[in-house]
Amino acid sequence: MAFPRINAVAFWMIPPAAVLLMSSFFFGPAQAGWTSYPPLSMDPATLIGQSLWLSSVILLGTSSILGAINFVTTIWEMRVPSMGIWQMPLFVWAMFATSIIILVATPVLTGALLLLSFDLLMGTVFFNPTGGGDPVLYQHMFWFYSHPAVYIMILPGMGLVSEILPVYARKPIFGYRAIAISSMSIAVLGFIVWAHHMFTSGTPEWMRMFFMITSMIIAVPTGIKVFSWVATVWGGKLRLTPAMLFAMGFVSMFVVGGLSGVMLASVPIDIHVTDTYFVVAHLHYVLFGGSVFAVYAGVYHWFPKMTGRFLNEWWGKVHFYSTFIGFNLCFLPMHKLGLLGMPRRVAAYDASFLDLNVLVSTGGFLLGVSTLPFLGNVIYSWLKGPRATGNPWEGLTLEWTTPSPPPVENFERLPVLTVGPYDYGHAGRDPSEIVRH
Amino acid sequence: MQTSPNESERLILAAPATEMAHEHEATAHAHEEHPDLRLFGFTLFLVSEAMLFVGLFVAYLAFRAVATEWPPAGTPELEVILPAINTVILVASSFVLHQSEAAVKKGDIPGMRAWFIATIAMGAVFLAGQVYEYTQLEFTLQTGLFGGTFFVLTGFHGLHVLVGVLLMSGVVVRSFKKEHYTPQKHFGVEAANLYWHFVDGVWIVLFLLLYIVK
Repeated sequence: MAFPRINAVAFWMIPPAAVLLMSSFFFGPAQAGWTSYPPLSMDPATLIGQSLWLSSVILLGTSSILGAINFVTTIWEMRVPSMGIWQMPLFVWAMFATSIIILVATPVLTGALLLLSFDLLMGTVFFNPTGGGDPVLYQHMFWFYSHPAVYIMILPGMGLVSEILPVYARKPIFGYRAIAISSMSIAVLGFIVWAHHMFTSGTPEWMRMFFMITSMIIAVPTGIKVFSWVATVWGGKLRLTPAMLFAMGFVSMFVVGGLSGVMLASVPIDIHVTDTYFVVAHLHYVLFGGSVFAVYAGVYHWFPKMTGRFLNEWWGKVHFYSTFIGFNLCFLPMHKLGLLGMPRRVAAYDASFLDLNVLVSTGGFLLGVSTLPFLGNVIYSWLKGPRATGNPWEGLTLEWTTPSPPPVENFERLPVLTVGPYDYGHAGRDPSEIVRH
Repeated sequence: MQTSPNESERLILAAPATEMAHEHEATAHAHEEHPDLRLFGFTLFLVSEAMLFVGLFVAYLAFRAVATEWPPAGTPELEVILPAINTVILVASSFVLHQSEAAVKKGDIPGMRAWFIATIAMGAVFLAGQVYEYTQLEFTLQTGLFGGTFFVLTGFHGLHVLVGVLLMSGVVVRSFKKEHYTPQKHFGVEAANLYWHFVDGVWIVLFLLLYIVK
């Protein structure tokens, strides 16, 4: 890390931000949802709670900006001399793209939240229509950050999966450069798609057209990744470990979420299903079937590296199958509920939606239960799991050249790369000889 | 994976990074040194800062674009002379501060310090001018969108000028420590320069938007 102290500052900003956020519950809690749209967020009854909420989010944003400065500097300036940008692991590419989004987009959200705080506390009228202000402008500024924010959540997941699939398929990643470049293009394109969240906010026709087209273009770099992952697995010698299962689960679930995303980018469909359960289904297929599956895959893959012990594979598979079934049972029926018109963010629903909601609830409970084998596995294995060697999965990226868990000085000497991070399947290449200290 | 000590010795000798390995051995068990990246990181921070101002400027322009009349009817005319003088002072101060970098590169620490003190004085005059302007204005933060955007933009920039003055004062204080700034290493001087030029650049945009382009 280029700036360890700044990293610590960024980290230790999070607990006070959490305290601010939680304390809002005691002072007329913020009730305007995660978007905090005015005029909903300007209710005088929730003034203090909402202000605490805003200060917490501003603090968290500043924390992630500091983290991003650290990541970009480290990735750009501190690679080992033998590693060019085209030898970087794809997870590093993904973090690079993510950090650039954070650097550029987060300050604009900070600006919006500052102006909203002024409206709440200092009597300005920026977003207050009764004083000539423009609440839709808040939505623009909010989504300029908050749409890229979903890429902040999914790009690292895509990076994790790009690391994990080749290791367990024993094949080089297909389309290394294409995946790296697509991460960067998702980051850049992500800045010009935000208003697809505002098709029903009185957005003018030309703006709808523009943002519909840009949003659909995002499917291109995303599709490139998906096809590359499929081609990576294709014909490989698969080891179906829990990490691999979750990584393949990620790809398949993300495709479903990606397809409903293209549907939602289309203005007529979006207007029809805005604020229905179709949106809820889409979001969970990309961020639960996507990001959370990737995080699970990452935990199974790197747990031996982090702790020096293996997770139990059998319970890992129980965890995967119960998650996969519970997830689909919970969120697949929501597509239909949304198309039938069931609105989101309401406490009660029409009786005609009952049957499908029984499925949804059952799946939800199963999903809750599915975390138990995972938690139990992590706690038990951390204490008593079988010991792992430095490179139990025979990976080729640098972290596997260190002991498990890595010592504080993980690289006493700068390592020298002789081959790329995904050169699997070359005859006569023993993983232990590929990366040299 | 781990190679035996003998083998790793051999590999290092064969490797292109031999020089670095030797350098490292000289500082036995210390960290592998990396170049000073603070200026790079600081520049990234300023990119983020710039985006914050871009957000506020765009908001201001959007309010103007949507308004039927700008400035709204009944808003008193903004006096341009004083902010124009302030602009000249701030822009000039950037050139003054720039001399400090040339001075420190020649090892002339007292000279560098003098340029810094001159810039601090100019920054202070700018701030005083802005405070005076605030007291003369006939509208407040609460006077609709015009008053709100005016005070938020100028106030937020003024806060940055204040931070800049504090940063430069910090450099002046540190310059009394022996060998703190050398012709080769003077990150504080460079960072304060960069920050001040940034604050100056933001003001030029702000001045044009608020006072000139009607």
